Amino acid sequence: MADRLDIQKTYKMYVGGAFIRSESGHYYPLTGKGGKLTANICLATRKDFRDAVTKARGAQEKWAGRSAYNRGQILYRIAEMMEGRKDQFIAELVREGLTKKQAEKETLATIDRVVYFAGWTDKYTQLFSTVNPVQSSHFNFSLPEPMGVVVVMAPEKPSLLGLVSSILPAIVGGNTVIALASTGAPLSALTFSEILHSSDVPGGVINILTGKTEDLAEHFSTHMDVNAVVYAREDESMLHQIQENATGNLKRVYHVWYKDWYSDEVDNPYAIADLQETKTTWHPVGI
Amino acid sequence: MTQTLNEIPDFKTLSPRVDQVGVEERVARFNTRSIKKDSKMYALKLALSMVDLTTLEGMDSPGKVRQLCYKAMHPHEKLEDIPKVAAVCVYPSFVRLAKETLSGSGINVASVATAFPSGWAPMKAKLDEVRYCVDEGADEIDMVISRGEFLKGNYGYIYDEVAAVKEACGSAHLKVILETGELQTLDNVRRASDISMYAGADFIKTSTGKISPAATQPVTLVMLEAIRDFYYKTGKKIGMKPAGGIRDAKLAIRYLVMVKETLGIDWLDPDLFRFGASSLANDLLMQIVKQQTGAYQSLDYFSKD
Repeated sequence: MADRLDIQKTYKMYVGGAFIRSESGHYYPLTGKGGKLTANICLATRKDFRDAVTKARGAQEKWAGRSAYNRGQILYRIAEMMEGRKDQFIAELVREGLTKKQAEKETLATIDRVVYFAGWTDKYTQLFSTVNPVQSSHFNFSLPEPMGVVVVMAPEKPSLLGLVSSILPAIVGGNTVIALASTGAPLSALTFSEILHSSDVPGGVINILTGKTEDLAEHFSTHMDVNAVVYAREDESMLHQIQENATGNLKRVYHVWYKDWYSDEVDNPYAIADLQETKTTWHPVGI
Repeated sequence: MTQTLNEIPDFKTLSPRVDQVGVEERVARFNTRSIKKDSKMYALKLALSMVDLTTLEGMDSPGKVRQLCYKAMHPHEKLEDIPKVAAVCVYPSFVRLAKETLSGSGINVASVATAFPSGWAPMKAKLDEVRYCVDEGADEIDMVISRGEFLKGNYGYIYDEVAAVKEACGSAHLKVILETGELQTLDNVRRASDISMYAGADFIKTSTGKISPAATQPVTLVMLEAIRDFYYKTGKKIGMKPAGGIRDAKLAIRYLVMVKETLGIDWLDPDLFRFGASSLANDLLMQIVKQQTGAYQSLDYFSKD
C-alpha cells in the first residue's frame, strides 16, 4: 500500500455548541519541536467573544434550571468520554512539549477532577445554605444561586488540567462559561470541546475561545453582560487592569492561582461558592 | 405617464412574475454593505424613530400598555439626543388608553383591526371594528387581508375588502397586512401588494407576527419593488412595514440598506418606513450605548417595555 498523506486536523473554537473559526479569519501558527508548524489556531476577536456571551446568556437559565442530579450526570459523562479518548489527549499534550509521562499524569488528573466536581452538583447547596436566626417572626433562609455568565481565563500551564479545573466550579453551580484556552498549548482544550459536544452538555454552557490575552482581556472585563471573571493566570498587572474595568457593572473578579494544580487544595467546593450569589428569603410565620 | 386610479386593473395579469433566485442574490448583496461609525449611529437612530412598539398578546393589560407608552416616549433614561419611536401598536380595546397616555407626545397610536390575526369574520364586523378603533382615536389601522379568499384566486374580493376598510378609516392611515408567511410564493406576495396599493393602502405590511416565517428580507424586497413600480406608475408614495422576526440592530440596518437602494432616500422616513417589533427597540438602544461607551451592553440595564 502506498504511503498515506497525513490528514491534519483543523482545530476550531467551540461556541454555542458549534465548532467555528474566528469571524475575522485571523489565526496564529502553533509550532512544536524545532519550530515545525503543529497547527494554525484561531485568533478570537471581540466579536467572537460577543457572540459567545450571547450564546452563554441564552443557555444559562436552562442550565441552571436542570436538576442538580441531572447536571451531575452530565458532568460525569464528560469524565466517561475523556476516559475513552485519553490516548488522544496524551498525544496532543506530547505534541505541545510534555513528556509521555507528564502528559499521562495530566490527563488522568483532569479526568479525576471532573469526577470530583461532578459529585458536588447536588451537594454544595446543602453546604452553603443556611437557616438564619432572626428576631422577628420570620423564617429566614439563605441559598446560593448562580451568578450567570462567567469568563474564565485559563492558565498557560498546565493547559488541560488548568482549564478544566477553572471551568468546573462555575458549571457545577449552574453558571455558563466562556473560557480562553492557553495560548501556547491550546490543542487539548479544543479536543476537550469535542468531549463536551458528545457528553450531553447543552450548547452554549461551555464556550472555548483561543487567542491572545492582550486582545481580549479588555472586552472580557468591560462587557456588561458578564457577571464574573475567573483569572487563573499569574500576571498581576493584567489582573489590576481587569479589576478596574470590572467596576463598570461590578462584576466579580477572582484570582485563582495554584502553585500545584495537581494538589488536593484544588479539589475544593469553595471554588463553587465563589461563583454563587446568596439569596436570602424572609418568610413570615405565625401570622 | 400617470395612470388614473379610477380604472381597476386586471389583477390576474397586472403583476410581473418574481425571479426568486434573483431576489435572494440581491438580498445577499445588500447584506455585504459595511455600515460603520457615524453612518451606523445615524442608521441606529433612524431605525429607532421608525419602530412601531407593539404589544399584541391575549394577556395584555392596561398596565402593560401604559408601560409601553412610557417606553415609546422615553426610550432610555440617560441617553440624550435620541428620537422617540414612531407609534405604539395595540389591540382595539387599548386604543383609548394608549391615546390618552401618549397625548401631546406626537407618537401615533396604531391599532390592529379586521379580526386580527386570522381575518375570519363577516365584512360588517370588520368594518365596525375599524370604525370603533378610529372613534377611539387610532391614527393608524393595521388590517389583515383574507388570505383564504386570496389563495382561492378571488382577487376582486381582496380589492373590495381593502377599499371598504380604507373608506371606513376616514382620515386614519391604513396599513395592509399581507401575512406573507401564508401566501406561499413571492409571486403571490407581489400580487397581494399590488392589489392592496391599487385599493388604497397607505402602507403595506408583511406579517401579523403571529405565524412563522414573519418578515424576511426576500419578501420585503419584493414588496419594496412593488412600491417602486407603483410609484413610477402613479406618482404615489406607499409606505412599507416589515413586522415580526426583526430582533436585532444588525438586521434592522440591513433592511434600511435595502430600502435606500430600492426606493431611495425619500423612504428613509418614519412616514414611509416602519419596523413592527417589540424587542428591536432595546437592541437598538444597546447598540447606541455601545457606540458611545465602547463596552458591550446587557439587557439587565434596559427596561423591558
